[in-house]
Amino acid sequence: MDTDYFLKLFFSGLTRGSIYALLALGYTMVYGIIKLINFAHGEIYMIGAFIALIMSGVFTIWGLPAPAILVLASLVALVYSSAYGYTVEKLAYKPLRRAPRLSVLIGAIGMSLFLQNYVLLAQTSNFLPFPQMLPEFPIPAALAGTVTSAQMIIFITTTVVMVILTVLIKFTRMGKSMRATSQDRTMATLVGINVNRVISWTFLIGSFTAALGGILISSFIGQINFYIGFVAGIKAFVAAVLGGIGSIPGAVLGSLVLGMAESYAAGYISSVYEDVFAFLILVLILIFKPSGLLGKPEVQKV
Amino acid sequence: MRNKIVVVFLAFALVASLVGASGQSESGPIKIGVAGAHSGDLASYGLPTANAAQLVAEKVNAEGGILGRQIQLVVEDDQCDPGIATNIAAKMVGEKVVAVIGHICSGATRSALSIYTGENIVAISPSATTPELTQSGEFPLFFRTIAPDDAQGQIQAKFVVETLGVKRVAILHDNGDYGQGLAEFAQAAIEAGYPDVKVVLMEGVTVGAVDYSAIVNRVGSSGAEVVIFGGYHPEASKLVGQMRTQGINIPFISGDGIKDESFIDVAGKASEGVYATGPMDTTGNPIAEEARKAHLAKYGEEPGPFFMNGYTAALAIVNAIEAAGSTDTDAIVKALRSKYVETPMGSIRFDDAGDAIGVGFAIYQVQNGVYVEL
Amino acid sequence: MKRNEILKMAGIALWFVFLTFPIMVIKVRVTDQVIVWRWHNMFYIGFGTFFGGLLWRFALLRRKATRKGAASKVLGYVEKTGLPVLFRTVRTKITERRNRRFLYVALMVFVIVYPLVFSLYQTNIMTSALIYVVLALGLNIVIGLGGMLHLGYIAFYAVGAYTYGILYRSFGIGFWVALPIGAVLATLVGVLLALPVLRLRGDYLAIVTLGFAEIVRIVLNNSGSVTGGPQGIGGIPRPGFFGIEMRLAAATTYTYYIIVAAVLLTIFVVWRFENSRLGRALVAMGEDDIAAEAMGIDLTKTKVIAFALGSLWAGIGGVIFASRTTFINPGSFTIWQSVIVLSCVVLGGMGSIPGAIVGALGLILLPEYLRAFSDYRMLMFGAILVIMMVFRPGGLIQKKRKAYTFPTEEEALS
Repeated sequence: MDTDYFLKLFFSGLTRGSIYALLALGYTMVYGIIKLINFAHGEIYMIGAFIALIMSGVFTIWGLPAPAILVLASLVALVYSSAYGYTVEKLAYKPLRRAPRLSVLIGAIGMSLFLQNYVLLAQTSNFLPFPQMLPEFPIPAALAGTVTSAQMIIFITTTVVMVILTVLIKFTRMGKSMRATSQDRTMATLVGINVNRVISWTFLIGSFTAALGGILISSFIGQINFYIGFVAGIKAFVAAVLGGIGSIPGAVLGSLVLGMAESYAAGYISSVYEDVFAFLILVLILIFKPSGLLGKPEVQKV
Repeated sequence: MRNKIVVVFLAFALVASLVGASGQSESGPIKIGVAGAHSGDLASYGLPTANAAQLVAEKVNAEGGILGRQIQLVVEDDQCDPGIATNIAAKMVGEKVVAVIGHICSGATRSALSIYTGENIVAISPSATTPELTQSGEFPLFFRTIAPDDAQGQIQAKFVVETLGVKRVAILHDNGDYGQGLAEFAQAAIEAGYPDVKVVLMEGVTVGAVDYSAIVNRVGSSGAEVVIFGGYHPEASKLVGQMRTQGINIPFISGDGIKDESFIDVAGKASEGVYATGPMDTTGNPIAEEARKAHLAKYGEEPGPFFMNGYTAALAIVNAIEAAGSTDTDAIVKALRSKYVETPMGSIRFDDAGDAIGVGFAIYQVQNGVYVEL
Repeated sequence: MKRNEILKMAGIALWFVFLTFPIMVIKVRVTDQVIVWRWHNMFYIGFGTFFGGLLWRFALLRRKATRKGAASKVLGYVEKTGLPVLFRTVRTKITERRNRRFLYVALMVFVIVYPLVFSLYQTNIMTSALIYVVLALGLNIVIGLGGMLHLGYIAFYAVGAYTYGILYRSFGIGFWVALPIGAVLATLVGVLLALPVLRLRGDYLAIVTLGFAEIVRIVLNNSGSVTGGPQGIGGIPRPGFFGIEMRLAAATTYTYYIIVAAVLLTIFVVWRFENSRLGRALVAMGEDDIAAEAMGIDLTKTKVIAFALGSLWAGIGGVIFASRTTFINPGSFTIWQSVIVLSCVVLGGMGSIPGAIVGALGLILLPEYLRAFSDYRMLMFGAILVIMMVFRPGGLIQKKRKAYTFPTEEEALS
């Protein structure tokens, strides 16, 4: 196959990877702090998209100018999703902080189911068209035809988010508290960190990224439905694990690897087996690096 | 462990005692089952039919019911899962329904039919399109208000080769029982009927994937001149959207899964020029208009996919029971096959296999945001 | 409840009204550019959360109180109603030795008589539930005893079902022959899965098992020539009684008895396994695998056997499932079904046999009886999962470790 095709697949993979990354970041952050696989994360992504859609519909009918709609609707969606994430945590996960792993998992699954059906019943089961919220801008000629502006926006956003999060974790006080909490929660409490606050912030930030992902991706794909959270969530989870769950650069790396693997599998082998390929790569990597690409192996104290 | 056997017993007893068996007297309400996916990812295909049945039942009941008896709907959700569908079927049998409107998905319908046929219950589906349901002869009590997939595949193949005049065809599908079936029929029709036309790509896409650019790239590099797609409107709209964004402007044709307003809504500009085979147009039909208004009034939104088919099925059953003069299955079957009924899809009756006569397929194209019959 | 509490609750109710505002109150109709404002929802949410919240608070307090073991005002109120006393007397009466045997017999009679007393539909549902009981018991081995997060259990179920389907389609093989073949094949696949995941733990194991289930499903979906692809395989015969074919009612009853027999067999085997050397090794490994290894337990062998044994039951369940629904397609074997079986085990009580049974029965039969709520079914299901986990994270029937105690003088004499 020619290089043009190869390059196209590369950018496809990059797009997919960025999309997964936006979600995987949230997964990984939450997991890093409280060791919970937040199945409801995908639903936050979905709710973010829905609220953006609803608000943009309202604003359009009220006749606001287009850029204002974009900004306002997104803002409202982001704020709301963070609120949802915060509430879900306080409601379902906080009481389960000391419960066995599997129970928390089931609780998360229950939450995911609840949120899906909540949106289904309150809104609709139909697929809804999502307005094109991403601004178009010209692409440098060399890449035009291979990449679209929507894709570029997604890459850039993901990179920016990743940088911001890494800076946050490394250099701010909140970041330090997060690291401390993730290392040893009891000790963190003992040195005066308000663990509840830290966890709430983690969820807020995680949900924020999820909603951001929801808005961007839905603009890219053009449609939403109450079920999209589930599918996206699983993929993002795989990506996060692949990269080493708990590590932020890992989440991005894992997502990119996953995205590329799927893209090339679909492009050269068969579109049907792209998921199979993705999982096989996952298994392979985990065989050689059981904690994921950039994951820190869990040290077991005897 | 032994102590807990108690709890098991109590649980068993408690749960089983929540049972309600129901019978039906000869003068009580006429029970009609409505089965389909009302939750889960295929809910958007099952709920409109449930709504349709509801509207028909209300309308008929307001006018005095059938044979002087009120219609009572038994609405059940099978989530398009064949396993659950058999449970539902058994329940319908237990509830002594006269007929079942459903199921929605071909797989679920098939597994439910194995029970309905044995128990002598008529089933009429608005959307199960697998040909063997009527063509295999295994299900003499099954009817449907939609044409089977092989007919669609045939029409698509003919259109693509004879009207569009292409020589290289790419066929995509969504790996589902409906979509893949349709795609395979189209492929078979092309290969059998037009040996000098080549199918350059036959691929399945993953439903729910975030990005289809990989497969779209393949379509581009395969040199295809047209894309035939078997599947539903969400995937179709994503595919067309990405095709157009990538600058691949070849014609796109699909089946009744996308021949619906929702496809145009969701695909937006990209839907312009897309072809679809679908049941004959209902917009001129007064009954269809009335049904649509009723749906809008009651549910506050436009009806979704297969609504008209569901409405037709409901009317057909009601009419058949009325015409038969009783709830006897044989009489109903005879009535379905011999009497014409006015429906949103025109004046129809059913043939010996169970397919609806007068419900054929036509080709449509999206022009200026509306489906126009060609 | 103090005044502060009530104000706080009102604040929370307001928060929820705010939170759910866009989704519950606003509905946009894009086609005709109309917004529908459903203000009444706001009131439902507001009042619902207010009173619901009070209830939740109450329940949480009670939970905290019981946990701390301290006498609290709340418990005091509940005691006064006399209900706990009733429960306690019932429980002690029931667990008395002489009553137990009577209850066993009663249970057995009930089970045997079930299809004759209840309708076809009920029998069908019960058969469904019992298949899940077998699955839950099998999964219990891996998760409950071995402590391994297995999210892909449904794959083995699929293997069993498809073995029967494919054998029937290609060779016309009947139920009784397919049953052992399906079981063996599922076990082999279980071993196949166990091998690459030996080094993984916790959530990594979870994702790989999940992936495995998806791979199996996708492969089944795309191997049309053998598996019928998404169209599946139909016309699979129900179990025959020495070659006689039966009508629906009789066949359903027959299948019911078959599954009852399978359940009894499973309970027996799992129970004996739990108390066997391998079983105890598995439990040890689940608790602390380093310590277990230090005690000389071969982790690899134990893990593989756990997976294999678990898969065996899934295979059997799968074959029976195929014969019951007579039609199988990959859509019945998605991640979601894995989640359901997982929930059965966790909700019922990890590691405990009665727990798995109750969990499966409850989880499968409950939605059937919740059909009255139709649309809200799944919503309530999700809510129930969350609530159950918050208030009873160990599951309904928790595993009782066999503790050896020395009887006191009094106990020995009574």
